[in-house]
Amino acid sequence: MTDPAIQIDGLRFAWKGAEPVLDVPVFTLARGERLFLRGPSGSGKSTLLGVIAGVLVADSGRVNVLGQELGSLSSAGRDRMRADHLGVIFQMFNLVPYLSVVGNVTLPLKFSGRRRKAVGADADAEARRLLGRLGLTDEALLARRVSDLSVGQQQRVAAARALIGGPEVVIADEPTSALDSDARDRFIELLSEEAARTGAALLFVSHDASLARLFDRAVDLAEINRARVSA
Amino acid sequence: MRAILSLAWKSLMNRKGSVILTLVAVALSVALFLGVEKARTGAREGFGNTISGTDLIVGAPTGTVNLLLYSVFRMGNATAEVSWPTYQKIAARPDIAWTVPISLGDSHRGFRVLGTTDAYFDHYKYGRGQSLALAKGERFGDVFDAVIGADVARELGYEIGSPLVLSHGLGTANLDGGHENRPFRVVGILAPTGTPVDRTVHVSLEAITAIHVGWETGAKNPLSDTIDETMIRSFDLTPKSVTAILVGLTQKGTILTTRRAINTNTGEPLMAIIPGAALAELWSVTAFAERALMAVSVFVIAVGLVSILTSILTSLNERRREMSILRAVGARPGHIFSLLVLEAGLVGFLGALVGIALIHAILLVAGPMVEARYGVSLAGTGPGLTDLYTLLAVTLAALVIGMLPAWAAFRRSLADGLSVKL
Repeated sequence: MTDPAIQIDGLRFAWKGAEPVLDVPVFTLARGERLFLRGPSGSGKSTLLGVIAGVLVADSGRVNVLGQELGSLSSAGRDRMRADHLGVIFQMFNLVPYLSVVGNVTLPLKFSGRRRKAVGADADAEARRLLGRLGLTDEALLARRVSDLSVGQQQRVAAARALIGGPEVVIADEPTSALDSDARDRFIELLSEEAARTGAALLFVSHDASLARLFDRAVDLAEINRARVSA
Repeated sequence: MRAILSLAWKSLMNRKGSVILTLVAVALSVALFLGVEKARTGAREGFGNTISGTDLIVGAPTGTVNLLLYSVFRMGNATAEVSWPTYQKIAARPDIAWTVPISLGDSHRGFRVLGTTDAYFDHYKYGRGQSLALAKGERFGDVFDAVIGADVARELGYEIGSPLVLSHGLGTANLDGGHENRPFRVVGILAPTGTPVDRTVHVSLEAITAIHVGWETGAKNPLSDTIDETMIRSFDLTPKSVTAILVGLTQKGTILTTRRAINTNTGEPLMAIIPGAALAELWSVTAFAERALMAVSVFVIAVGLVSILTSILTSLNERRREMSILRAVGARPGHIFSLLVLEAGLVGFLGALVGIALIHAILLVAGPMVEARYGVSLAGTGPGLTDLYTLLAVTLAALVIGMLPAWAAFRRSLADGLSVKL
């Protein structure tokens, strides 16, 4: 358990035939840490998250997630790694439109035996418990089509989905950019609480530096990324 | 895979409107295909079952198919007849066991009238060698007795003892006058056979001669009305000719020799055909049309399948986000691929299933009408192997076709990663 949640050394990444967008000599996220990563849009943060999530492959350098070197895994191995150990929250449109609220929350369990086991027999109850923690208790609300939920409610469903089954790392990519400031602070608070409860490390990415105060530590992507990014 | 199947199902349910339209397109195309197929096999079986046990059919020289059509199926007309002495010569041949002379050319309210002898009831066989059976009454004994087929009795409401007037020629209306002064009566009604026999009025050969007394010139002699029933009975009613002869051989092995003998040395130009071979020739005539029909219905199925492809391909762009969510929660590209293939397969499978149900519902309702009108029995076409194979083939084709959008989504999900710019 001494391995950090994420350890990056000498990472370089370029899209085919283009200038490098990532040149990160070192980056660490400790287990259970809540880290704020600031970066304006176009700074390569989405690319960085893609590399950490294992859907993009670094050109050189080492990306270590929970002690596992991603470069040494097959593409299916990286997919399994992501399914078992990572929760992801997007900026918006986080939910699969044809699944119910609870169906969206339990979706990761379909792809991860490990998280399925962690949740136990009654996955729906666990989903409801998490949704309740995040302030979504109204049964009428849970019965709605996900497209009828407000953006704030959708983001909380996404948070419950990222947390279900206790993944070690939760990645959030500008999850609050569509929320007003009250809802935004409340969302971060709830997300942090639940991440703390499950022991998940939280990597929170945003362009809004004012949010940094809500986290253990803040890092500016421009400082750790040496690649010249044309924004 | 079960998880993906349930995702595919929910995804389809979410797009009910367009999915149902696609499903209907597939269902209609499958129903059309099976309808054509069933009509085709029904017609073939019906035709093939019409005559059995007859080794040769003899008539005046004409086309093989033509002779078969008018002598067995009561379709079309003979252009010439076989003279009575020639018939007697043939009947007397030692290699021939039995003969059934038939005389055609008159009708009764749209039903063909067939003059024949007792031998018809003994030797005419259909299906797998079934003989004709009387449902009611008896065979004709008197000149003015008639034995009618099951459909004739049902459609005209005739019973034993019903009177009937035959008309000259084949029309329903008696424009050039009928045989009103020669009233017949029903003495027997045959059990249904599913063959043209059901739609035939059977009388004796003598009756055919009798109704034509006074018609020797081809038109009605004004004096013929003065000839009454008793006078006719006193005439010599031996027929002068017959239209065709059904022949049974003493030994099946002599069929080709006998046929050649009849074709060449009877003094009168004649033609003998083997029913099975003539049927095969008939099929070769219709095969082209059948194949064209099959090709069209296969293409219609292809159009139905393409509509599956179109609906999935057009949905792909708006589902890009969904795919990256699935990727983010751990779906492998293979899962994305199977999701879309399964969606296509499900639509194909359900569409084919609905199509099969549809065509059987139609057959159930329309089958009896088709049979009554065209004599094509669709009764033996309940759900069967053809339907199963069609279901499998359409499902398989849909799965294969689904690979196209699946491949596109697969490639895209690899390229998009987690970040989809909308």
